Amino acid sequence: MSGTEGIGASVKRKEDRRFLLGKGQYTDDIVLPDQTYAMFVRSPHAHAKIAKLSLDAAKASPGVLAVLTGDDVAASGLGGIPCGWLVKSKDGSNMVEPPHPALVQGTARHVGDPVVMVVADSKAAARAAVALVEIDYDVQPAAGRLADAIAPGAPQVWPDAKGNLCFDWHLGDPAATDAAFAKAAHVVELEVTNNRVAPNAMEPRAANGVYDSANDHYTLYTTSQNPHLIRLLMGAFTLHVPEHKLRIIAPDVGGGFGSKIFHYAEELLVVWASRQLGRPVKWTADRSEAFISDAHGRDHMSKAQLALDANHKFLGLRVHTYANVGAYLSTFAPAVPTYLYATLLSGPYDFPAIYAEVKAVFTNTVAIDAYRGAGRPEASYLLERLVSHAARKLGVDPIELRRKNLIRVDQFPYQTQVALQYDIGDYQSTLDMALAAIDYKNYPARKKATEAKGKLRGFGISTYIEACGIAPSALVGALGARAGLYEAATVRIHPTGSVSVFTGTHSHGQGHETAFAQLINERLGIPIENVEVVHGDTDRIPFGMGTYGSRSLSVGGSAIYKAVDKIVDKGKKIAAHLLEANVADIEFKDGNYRVVGTDRVKAFGEVAFAAYVPHNYPIETVEPGLEESAFYDPKNFTFPGGTHLVEVEIDPETGVVEVADVAIADDVGVIVNPMIVDGQAHGGLAQGIGQALFEEAIYDADGQLVNGSFLSYVMPRAADLPNFKVGNHVTPCTHNPIGAKGVGEVGAIGVPPAVINAVLDALAPLGVTDISMPASPEKVWRAIQAAKGA
Amino acid sequence: MASLKLRVNRQTHTIDVPANTLLVDALRDTLRLTGTHVGCDTSQCGACTVHLDGRSVKACTILAVEAVGAEITTIEGVATGDKLHPMQAAFKEHHGLQCGFCTPGMVMSGIDLCTRNAEPSETDVRHWLEGNICRCTGYHNIVKAVRAGGQAMKGGK
Repeated sequence: MSGTEGIGASVKRKEDRRFLLGKGQYTDDIVLPDQTYAMFVRSPHAHAKIAKLSLDAAKASPGVLAVLTGDDVAASGLGGIPCGWLVKSKDGSNMVEPPHPALVQGTARHVGDPVVMVVADSKAAARAAVALVEIDYDVQPAAGRLADAIAPGAPQVWPDAKGNLCFDWHLGDPAATDAAFAKAAHVVELEVTNNRVAPNAMEPRAANGVYDSANDHYTLYTTSQNPHLIRLLMGAFTLHVPEHKLRIIAPDVGGGFGSKIFHYAEELLVVWASRQLGRPVKWTADRSEAFISDAHGRDHMSKAQLALDANHKFLGLRVHTYANVGAYLSTFAPAVPTYLYATLLSGPYDFPAIYAEVKAVFTNTVAIDAYRGAGRPEASYLLERLVSHAARKLGVDPIELRRKNLIRVDQFPYQTQVALQYDIGDYQSTLDMALAAIDYKNYPARKKATEAKGKLRGFGISTYIEACGIAPSALVGALGARAGLYEAATVRIHPTGSVSVFTGTHSHGQGHETAFAQLINERLGIPIENVEVVHGDTDRIPFGMGTYGSRSLSVGGSAIYKAVDKIVDKGKKIAAHLLEANVADIEFKDGNYRVVGTDRVKAFGEVAFAAYVPHNYPIETVEPGLEESAFYDPKNFTFPGGTHLVEVEIDPETGVVEVADVAIADDVGVIVNPMIVDGQAHGGLAQGIGQALFEEAIYDADGQLVNGSFLSYVMPRAADLPNFKVGNHVTPCTHNPIGAKGVGEVGAIGVPPAVINAVLDALAPLGVTDISMPASPEKVWRAIQAAKGA
Repeated sequence: MASLKLRVNRQTHTIDVPANTLLVDALRDTLRLTGTHVGCDTSQCGACTVHLDGRSVKACTILAVEAVGAEITTIEGVATGDKLHPMQAAFKEHHGLQCGFCTPGMVMSGIDLCTRNAEPSETDVRHWLEGNICRCTGYHNIVKAVRAGGQAMKGGK
């Protein structure tokens, strides 16, 4: 409403100052009185029985306070790390849900599985003692890679999971899809892999547990995207203490990208050890440890078939996917390759029939769970590769093939064949916008200029959709979620009119302290400098489900709006009393309560003050104070979508792919802060381009992570990326009060297939027809050589 | 143990640490200057970048004892009172930070670049930042911020 600080204003971020001054407070920055330090001895083998543990030397090492094992965990009655989602197989049987003790009990099942916990009074003492722990391993055969694990006779990760199958699930109508293929004029097939990646938030995970015996109370500082969820899981499943005795604080968190959603063993163990020692216990991962203990993302192998009629209209889609889940089921792991993946396989297209089968597979590797996009990048990658592949096979323009099949504006709400109902979108407009932004009509001239330099140029397109704002609780409950996915907020108006907003979402880079203050400004006209946004502490915030799936604004922001609605309504009653008018005649606009059609006005601040100093007040019918809480359960998912375009230049002598240009046009719904939204798109693009060209967590057949450090895992650097052309075309979400859809994941979802489509477009004249992510120089060079030899 | 006299942010500290203590650990653990961050264990990420006599150095690559005699500046030492350094201000103005974890290293690295070259090209900045990894921003706004910061430093703002 103020125009300068409300919805649509690129105000600078309130949180920046403390970060720029070096005064952010991340979990590892916190040192408590009497602090002790934990380190873990982790299995160096992917699959091994613990034959013998020799702990005496470590226990006797100077400064060592405790050396703890899986037997101690069992004796304490700690619960195993639970999985938050139950997926059932086609035949109705439950997924195989193996036990996940916090420390290894008998058998280690991946490199990095924690076997022994050492606690000492200094980091150096802990490190020295770790070196003194002796473990005799009885090494077992391991299933290291997805392809290894599904091979006949593969080593078994779990005795109960025959063929290493966790579940065999499906979605869609197989008969209708068969019928669509039977009448197809064209059928195009493609096999794709979606490479395994490590999330690598720049802040490694950390946890600091404190037990206060005087009050029988626990506090955990942890690098979490969702402190209330951690409290729920620890309270009910792992630590077994009631919520009021357990406080979870997620202070400043240095990026998450999904990897800090999940409940990890270390969170439980530091609190448990603190109870035994009576001193705070802190653990901080080093980067090498993060690589083998953080949940990874992606890792699919898929076969896809597209049926088209003689006019190239899509008739049907058939997909078979193997999805790696690692050795243990992490918090959201079963949902990622199912309800966050197959439900998106219609993409932005009008598909009469779809059938998808997903087999989830255990391997002797660290868990795989949600990573920026979580299932949706896998879906968009498969579909967008397949559509461009079809265009090449059929000899048609990939842009026109898409245009012909995009859902039209007049088809919304659009019911897909894979369970979702898209409320609104305008895919033609984002396509046109992106083509204009990249100056597509002059592409031939750019291609010629590139070729004059002896290089190859390729153009790649992806028209994607995603589902965000997870989620309607009843719907996800019916699909196996073991929690609700609403969001909570409290809005407290202070007596002199400043505001505290308590949100159950968590900001770890997204700028909530600014954007949510803008929501208050928009509704109440209060300057954002007078609005504080509080998050990340279960003792200060009533409840919450946290931040993931691009849900914070659309779900968390809507909870704030709902609380503001209650404030505005209560204020009307107070204003009516002060203005000696009927409540029905009071309107609230531009920060003022007004008797409709008159100049009789009370400013919001006057009403707030009256609420706390109720001398002249409707005390018989209205309570003093001005603070309201709300829970918001979304009615549907939100559906951001758009077009991502990429041009690459390839040096055929070296195989080096340079991203020459990126132009995207997204529809993320109503935008609160364009500066922040653009920044989110940039970050997603970097991770998407990283997956497409550089990143892969490589396991060998024995389950060793080959490249578990920043020396060998290729993170995108500044010189690897171009400037990004980012545009937006807004169709407001129809079912939340803000109209927001979500932006956090668009880059990671939309751009990888555009990159690979561009690489293949560049290499097509040489006869290269396929390349997998990451399109590294070596891979591209080999593909060129192989095509030459063919 | 070694008794070391370190000049950090224009103050002299005498600390007793094991002789093999890294500078980053002396700053974070002993002096409690936690703005300097640790994001890796292979000297790749640059989150621990500080200045030694005005030149950027990854504080995980040298021992504290090697920094004796140098004027060490950390992210906590670049603002003037309440006033942000022009490079810090440019990062805020251009949204050059999101989670804030890589930010101290980026700012320290950016200041060093622009002290040497107040008007770096986009390519100059992208190559200079080879040793600083950011996972949030895609570098787009960091590059803008460093170039704007250089202009502001030149203007003495």
